[in-house]
Amino acid sequence: MTRNKRIGIISYSAFVLLPIYWLINMSFKSNEEITGGLSLWPQDFTFANYQVIFTDPSWYNGYFNSVYYVVLNSIITLIVALPAAYAFSRYKFVGDKHLFFWLLTNRMAPPAVFLLPFFQLYSSVGLFDTHIAVALAHCLFSVPLAVWILEGFMSAVPREIDETAYIDGYSFGHFFIRLFLPLISSGIGVTVFFSFMFSWVELLLARTLTSVNAKPIAAIMTRTIGASGVDWGVLAAAGVLTIIPGILVIYFVRNHVAKGFALGRV
Amino acid sequence: MNKVQNNKAWWLVLPVFLLVAFSAVIPLMTVVNYSVQDIFDQNNAYFVGLEWYQEVLSDPRLQDSLARQFMYSGTVLLIEVPLGICVALMMPTRGWTASLSLIVLALPLLIPWNVVGTIWQIFARSDIGLLGYVINNLGIDYNYTSNSVDAWATVLLMDVWHWTSLIALLCYSGLRAIPDAYYQAARIDRASSWAIFRFIQLPKLQGVLIIGVLLRFMDSFMIYTEPFVLTGGGPGNSTTFLSQTLTKMAIGQFDIGPAAAFSIIYFLIVLLVSWLFFTTITHLDKDKVKEQSHD
Repeated sequence: MTRNKRIGIISYSAFVLLPIYWLINMSFKSNEEITGGLSLWPQDFTFANYQVIFTDPSWYNGYFNSVYYVVLNSIITLIVALPAAYAFSRYKFVGDKHLFFWLLTNRMAPPAVFLLPFFQLYSSVGLFDTHIAVALAHCLFSVPLAVWILEGFMSAVPREIDETAYIDGYSFGHFFIRLFLPLISSGIGVTVFFSFMFSWVELLLARTLTSVNAKPIAAIMTRTIGASGVDWGVLAAAGVLTIIPGILVIYFVRNHVAKGFALGRV
Repeated sequence: MNKVQNNKAWWLVLPVFLLVAFSAVIPLMTVVNYSVQDIFDQNNAYFVGLEWYQEVLSDPRLQDSLARQFMYSGTVLLIEVPLGICVALMMPTRGWTASLSLIVLALPLLIPWNVVGTIWQIFARSDIGLLGYVINNLGIDYNYTSNSVDAWATVLLMDVWHWTSLIALLCYSGLRAIPDAYYQAARIDRASSWAIFRFIQLPKLQGVLIIGVLLRFMDSFMIYTEPFVLTGGGPGNSTTFLSQTLTKMAIGQFDIGPAAAFSIIYFLIVLLVSWLFFTTITHLDKDKVKEQSHD
């Protein structure tokens, strides 16, 4: 039984890792070698593809742009979602259920639907091609999810803690930041993980709302397809570099992942 | 938990309300506005009522891509949900192997969607890709850029690779929440592993599975980037899904009226299916609780 399990999980991991291995393999090959024939390991090991990216500002700025709006998005999401999640987990108020459901429906809106109006809206307020525009647009997906996750974690904290704190004379702000936030720190970690995840991987809106100054790396990658065909080596290298931030984030939250994916409500 | 009635809590949700109103309500109103008008330029717009909706609904291109979309989402769910549960059951529970398998599984989820397309493009091409090369050498004629069956299979495989982890991780965290006492009781009763799965694990997974299926349905129904990069919607229109049809219409041809009407219909379909699924599940749940209380 356990032997079968081990074989099963190893073969699934191999299925997950195989395409990624191939991408890494490609990124260390020259284009002649890639199109010349198949080899499981680079015969002529080269860093040239990475060099192209690291020496050209229009390439590496793409990474900075992406990281910039992703971080901005996570910060905005946390700032607005924390108090809201607290309200939903602790109080009944007029229209609370409707509001909660309405928030979730935004997660169901296909990004393609919002493409054109977003473009016009952000152009008209002068935010087109800024990082903040992409961050705000991504809030459409990250905020509802963040409220949902945080509400689950907050509801797991007993009310008595709030009441005791008030009796002890803590103000709301003091209690919330000093006492309450540490209690749900894993929830906050998980929220950041999810906002990072959905903002980092999204391309359609990010590409539409930017042209030069805030262009994400994912959109810059399309330029490897030129008149002379596809520059496979550089494309693969750029792909490998986009995977690294993801690995870092998973590494930091790995101990919360089990709890986090249940969104605090198992 | 008993909550306190307090309308001042509105102040706490106000920031979220304003933010989402700005980034969702205004754009959505714009879309509704476009969908009922025929716009020539800034000063010439005519109210056309539901004309665009009728036009869109009778457009065979859209009907085709809608059918394809439903087939795609259905297949994706049928493969990924059982597979994800299996993977979750197989995952090690403690030690460094547990951390390692978590990281490996979460990996595809954090790769930008167009890079996912790129990875599979490089992996599945018959000239430079490992997968394509191996399949062709096995004597099967495989080329996802020219054969629509191959293209479908490749897009499906890519989605399974990309998203099964989500279901697996959700189920894994659900399984971790089952107290050991349940398993001990099952061992005393000499329950088979199937019985343990059917009567202990599966019921406990219901909560996370609802979330998982909903997320997977919504996201697969909105899929755009990965097939766009991998196949570009082809060969022909065989892998053109709804989002791509819509984007082509709105940005490529600039048919704003029909595109807006189509957007509204699209959004409503996602809402409707999600709502149907959600209420069915919660009703089943309520019936079960009732039955148990009658016993």
